[in-house]
Amino acid sequence: MRKITFPIGGVHPHDSKFAAERPIEVLPLPAVVYVSMAQHLGAPAKPIVAVGDSVKTGQVIAEPGGFISAFVHAPASGTVKSIAPRKDLAGNSVMHIEIAVEGDEWMDGIDLSDTLVTAIPDDPAAIIEKVKACGVVGLGGATFPTHVKLAPPPGKKAECLILNGTECEPYLTSDYRIMLERPKEILIGAALMQKALGGCRCVVGIEENKPEAVKVMRAAIAELSLADIEVAVLRKKYPQGGEKQLIAAVMRREVRSGALPIDAGAVVQNVGTSLAVYEAVQKNKPLITNVLTVTGAMLPAEKQHNYLYRIGTPLSFIIEQAGGVPEGAAKLVSGGPMMGKAIANVDATTVKGSSSVLYLDAPSTVRKEASACIRCGRCADACPMGLEPFLLNRLCKAGDLEALEANAVQDCIECGCCIYSCPANIPLLDRFRIAKGQVIGAIRARAAAQKQ
Amino acid sequence: MTGTILWTILILSGLGLVLAVVLFFIAKKFKVEEDPRIDEIEKTLPGANCGGCGFAGCRAFASSAVAAPDLEKHFCPVGGNAVMQQVAAILGFELQEKAPQVAVLRCNGSCEARPRVNVYDGLASCRVKASLYAGDTLCAYGCLGCGDCEAACAFGALKINPDTLLPEIDEEKCTACGACVKACPRTLLELRNKGPRGMREFVACRNRDKGPVAKKACANACIGCGMCFRTCTHGAIVFENNVSYIDFSKCKLCRECEAMCPTGAIHGVGFPKPLDKDAVKERIRKRKEAANA
Repeated sequence: MRKITFPIGGVHPHDSKFAAERPIEVLPLPAVVYVSMAQHLGAPAKPIVAVGDSVKTGQVIAEPGGFISAFVHAPASGTVKSIAPRKDLAGNSVMHIEIAVEGDEWMDGIDLSDTLVTAIPDDPAAIIEKVKACGVVGLGGATFPTHVKLAPPPGKKAECLILNGTECEPYLTSDYRIMLERPKEILIGAALMQKALGGCRCVVGIEENKPEAVKVMRAAIAELSLADIEVAVLRKKYPQGGEKQLIAAVMRREVRSGALPIDAGAVVQNVGTSLAVYEAVQKNKPLITNVLTVTGAMLPAEKQHNYLYRIGTPLSFIIEQAGGVPEGAAKLVSGGPMMGKAIANVDATTVKGSSSVLYLDAPSTVRKEASACIRCGRCADACPMGLEPFLLNRLCKAGDLEALEANAVQDCIECGCCIYSCPANIPLLDRFRIAKGQVIGAIRARAAAQKQ
Repeated sequence: MTGTILWTILILSGLGLVLAVVLFFIAKKFKVEEDPRIDEIEKTLPGANCGGCGFAGCRAFASSAVAAPDLEKHFCPVGGNAVMQQVAAILGFELQEKAPQVAVLRCNGSCEARPRVNVYDGLASCRVKASLYAGDTLCAYGCLGCGDCEAACAFGALKINPDTLLPEIDEEKCTACGACVKACPRTLLELRNKGPRGMREFVACRNRDKGPVAKKACANACIGCGMCFRTCTHGAIVFENNVSYIDFSKCKLCRECEAMCPTGAIHGVGFPKPLDKDAVKERIRKRKEAANA
């Protein structure tokens, strides 16, 4: 069978899926949870509880702070201890609600049973409203509020819903595990989103290194007899899970510079998000749990874990439960090794998008000294957006914003392929991030000036 | 043979003559009238093209200055009042003298006071480091130590001290152009009045965390106790977001806040004598007693 992929660039890091065979375990509740108010893209949520309040599991504790924002729910029942700034994993202060956990008493109306609810509601607006009320955000990494994505602006129509089951980042196995263990829920979640988008076909993109997941998902589609959902097997290549790359692979369409996926008729959702949509709409369960991988090359097989955790559990608690930081770990990363963030503060809490605690050893993470660029062009070959990183690097050094914009630094998806492929160890992406911010700022300022 | 040489010389000289005449008339016809004062002003300016005045360079400053109704928006921080006197004389304006300024660093988290808790091995740029995380210490507001300010300074007035990993400012060389202020992603550098005979007082910390958190991150941090705010009798201290700031236009340089600060976050610079903390505390105590009685 033909295996599809995106047309330009990409790299092939070793997939290192050590935790792939480890079933999902339920992580015990910690004594205290810290719920961040900024765990989604957009405006931070506003707390609506006060210190001393008793909350139940699943109760709304913060409401959206803007159009692009999300509801936040209590991940466990207990007493609100404080509402104060606390350091996130990068060490920056973010508002958190601290809840001292006392038991696990759920809100009424949340269906905690395992029964599969297959009936799809008729009203698309009701589905979107439910998704919004349950605080569902994209769990693929960017944590973009899902209800915004499910309601395309007027005049734009989704032709294809793409479920992202590629999990192209090395080490991560949480999406793989949920595809194996809860395929039907994921597919019904997809059917719900299809309904919300006004009916469109759906493709589940899965990379070839997960043949089990392909088999299980196909079997579930047949069993549920879902006509307009199919599984596409994708060639293994990073960053296949990038929104634009996945659209290019599945639909053979390019999202032009500055446009959104919906302009190409596509809506991309992670399989984890789909599961969250199912739980929100069919079970009335808000997004308070997620699956996270604890992994690292130095860990023995029995110490690799896939945990179902309550969002707000401190990272230090998870690390402790998994047996502590292993010897030889030089860096702790939240997310994959390519795009994840280094954990500078292990006391930080988990957020909706937390997908892993990854231990990397020194040889695989410590940067080597940079030497001069020899214009070998490997970075340009690797860039999945068709940019020329070696040129952008020079322009960044010169601070030439106009030329940077002309060379589309704003299209950089920060996947890190350039820096991964550079034989001279030049910190390319480090510079691009800054330049991208400046150029996007300039573009927005220009657009705002034009409006006036 | 001679003929060829002769002809060549004649033709080329003739061509040169004709072109010279053409160029002469073109130059006359398309002559750009420019205010002669622009050249004059440019000559008096330092010529560093540092951009500290807010213009692209010295010439841009000069062309803008001749068109301006007054010199309110034009001040060369590098040349200072001396140069601006000359510029004002050329333009026939009265100059409002400005107090000379100098850059100060509002962080005193040396390696000793602010232990490193992780290792940063990314690009050695404060801006990049700040975009990634809070830095290799527990303080999310302090100096990142990669030297963006040093690279931005056109006058060699800033140097990162390898022992403290903080930049040190050479007052003699600093021209208060403000390049370092713009370069610092944490706005730790500030232009402040040099003060009478170079004496000035400032809070060398920007940590907005609450006391215990700030103290844990750095022994020299402002812990937001408000002691300086309560001590100051001149209303010079602005105390908000758990950090103090001294308004230099109101500060009378009595050094009482500096004596009372429990962490040493308030710095006095350029004073002839070192601060006798006990004497100042005694003075404050007596004043309070007198007020109570």
